[in-house]
Amino acid sequence: MSLVRIDPAPSARFPSQPLLHLDALWIQVAGSVCNLSCTHCFVRCGPDADYHALMPREEVRGRVAEGLAMGVQEIYFTGGEPFVHPEMETILEDTLPLAPCSVLTNGTLFTGRRVERLRELTSRARYSLELRVSLDGPDAASHDPFRGEGAFERTLEGLRALSKAGLLPIVTVTQNTEEDALAFRERYFAMLKREGIAHPRLKVLPMFRLGRETERTREYAETETLALLPPEAFDPARLQCGHCRAVTSRGVFVCPLLVDEPDAHMGDSLAASTGEFELRHGACHTCWVTGMTCGNG
Amino acid sequence: MAIRLAAFGGIYNNHLALAATLADIARRGSQHAWCLGDLGGFGPQPEKSAALLRASGLPMLQGNYDHSIGYALQDCGCGYTDPSDNAFAQLSYDYTNARVTDATRAWLRDLPAQARLTLEDRRILLCHGSPRQVNEFLWESRCSDAFLEWLCQAHECDVLLVTHTGLHWHRALPSGKQVINVGAIGRPAHDGRTTVRYAELSFDAGRVAVGFRAVAYDHEALAREMETEGLPSEFVETIRTGWWTTCLENVPVKERLRQWTPESGPVSP
Repeated sequence: MSLVRIDPAPSARFPSQPLLHLDALWIQVAGSVCNLSCTHCFVRCGPDADYHALMPREEVRGRVAEGLAMGVQEIYFTGGEPFVHPEMETILEDTLPLAPCSVLTNGTLFTGRRVERLRELTSRARYSLELRVSLDGPDAASHDPFRGEGAFERTLEGLRALSKAGLLPIVTVTQNTEEDALAFRERYFAMLKREGIAHPRLKVLPMFRLGRETERTREYAETETLALLPPEAFDPARLQCGHCRAVTSRGVFVCPLLVDEPDAHMGDSLAASTGEFELRHGACHTCWVTGMTCGNG
Repeated sequence: MAIRLAAFGGIYNNHLALAATLADIARRGSQHAWCLGDLGGFGPQPEKSAALLRASGLPMLQGNYDHSIGYALQDCGCGYTDPSDNAFAQLSYDYTNARVTDATRAWLRDLPAQARLTLEDRRILLCHGSPRQVNEFLWESRCSDAFLEWLCQAHECDVLLVTHTGLHWHRALPSGKQVINVGAIGRPAHDGRTTVRYAELSFDAGRVAVGFRAVAYDHEALAREMETEGLPSEFVETIRTGWWTTCLENVPVKERLRQWTPESGPVSP
């Protein structure tokens, strides 16, 4: 695993982020295993990338129970690609009666049988099951360079299948152009409507200079940190790490973005991972500046 | 004899729904009644609602909208991230902000953020969004029992009443505690009905019963008034159809699909 680390000057002081409450528990259920190898992946996932391993159903159940004991509000499943996990649907069946669930997927693995099972799960659950499908461009010409040839069409097929089943997927897109925010959204909405996606929902995420993205573009600059943030300007409720933790087969991390950073490993159990976190990473700067959350918003 | 508590929120300048709600509460004879905040936004002529509510003498909490209008801030602080939702929210905020008197502003500024009551040994906490954040959205399908238990425990209450989302719901928790989102009387509950809802709790011999009253009002008259005032046709459509047309970004899938059937497909916007 290669790490991206900016070593700050010894005098640099970073804000310290407390965990205010565990609202969102992120479970990297598929580890770093993915059927795609995206050029901007912030955790370097791929078909052979198993340095974070798939989490067996029993391990997931244990993590969910830990979260519930701490009053967790909702569970997010991520990877890698969650639907490469052979037990993913059963894991959802286990979890959805206990808490709202969201799955972050690239949308390329939705067979008819799977969509039908997800529809059944949604219709009988009292909690929401949100399916977040990632796109990096409103057409193949802009999306496929990130995700591989043919990826756009496969994801669109997945979106159409989910939409037809009434599952109202949330299309998650990366803001990878300098375009005006409203125009950017309108372009996606127009495309999704044209493609027959009923009632499109959109979530926009900034780009993070982590993982493979550092090779595609660049690493964070030394100035892109929170070292110079005046203490009185720091609001501990602004960042998602005040309200979340992420678990992988390797333990508990401060947030879903920093699961490859050794200093973001908070402990082995959730209860032992409630300590403060020093916001020393470039990604912390991105979160602070954009006010983003990986959650559904 | 049962003690009744009526609670409503989100007036959103809908003075006709407010008048109908106040009349219904009076008819039902609730000993306690509260407004959980958000006088303005969305509908027409804010001073009409302010006058009605103040004349009623009902206590009111300060919602995020009331805080913003009270201090003449730049926006409503509703917490949307979608720029198109924010554009509609801004339009409606600017309309309200330009039409309240200084006296109304001062009244809104002084409203309490939360209130506590004890009825039949139940500790009741009334707030706007959630006990920890005035503009937090507590949606039914996005709150685990575990989370709501924690919220009640952390904020030392047995019955928690909130509003802010505009959709009403009630959860009886395994511990016996209760969480109620009273909904909003300013716009319909995204269910294809033109009525609006408020919550009515009944405390009797250690039991708490929770119900929602559907209030009909002259929604067509309100729609016409909104048109006369030049408010967006999207807002007017919601009043006439019972379906939301804006500010849907945070609404979870379960609430969005409330009326879904395999035959019809999703019928909500």
